[in-house]
Amino acid sequence: MQTLSSSVHDTIDSLVKSNDVVLFMKGTADFPQCGFSAAVCNVLEHLDVTFKDVNVLESDAMRQGIKDYSNWPTIPQLYVKGEFIGGCDIIKEMFQSGELQELFDKK
Amino acid sequence: MPMTAPDIITLIKSALPDAEVEIQDLAGDGDHYAATVVSQTFQGKSRIQQHQLVYAALMGKMGGELHALALTTKTPEAPTKFY
Repeated sequence: MQTLSSSVHDTIDSLVKSNDVVLFMKGTADFPQCGFSAAVCNVLEHLDVTFKDVNVLESDAMRQGIKDYSNWPTIPQLYVKGEFIGGCDIIKEMFQSGELQELFDKK
Repeated sequence: MPMTAPDIITLIKSALPDAEVEIQDLAGDGDHYAATVVSQTFQGKSRIQQHQLVYAALMGKMGGELHALALTTKTPEAPTKFY
């Protein structure tokens, strides 16, 4: 595993801990630049969840850093109340089973 | 270099010998697959942990050579409940 520079780690850590819902994605919520990122945005918007979008395409350090931070190799990545919830597959699976709505209701 | 379905199956089975692996080539480009992996190893693990096991089996190819792998993981008896 690559070493994650402390400044990138700290940036990610503060984003994840100072926002209830954070989506690290390719592009922005208004202009997603990847189908998987767009799919998660659609789910969150469908559930009327306000979220902070972080465009990892703006910084290679962030794009790699988030993968090291969560030990998860792909983008998008969703965090709720500081906890990594999953990527596109898991978010879609949880949405279809109702677990995602349950999660937001509970948190 | 794109990966073939057998490559992916071999890698997953080398790390999860009991796994049943079903692969679907979504785009025919060796880059976009869907996979269902069923293994006893997933028992008691969260979905994230299960997917991380599969990603680890793919030895760093996920997100690189392998751009997209729509992944579903299950234990042999029942589908996984996240919470």
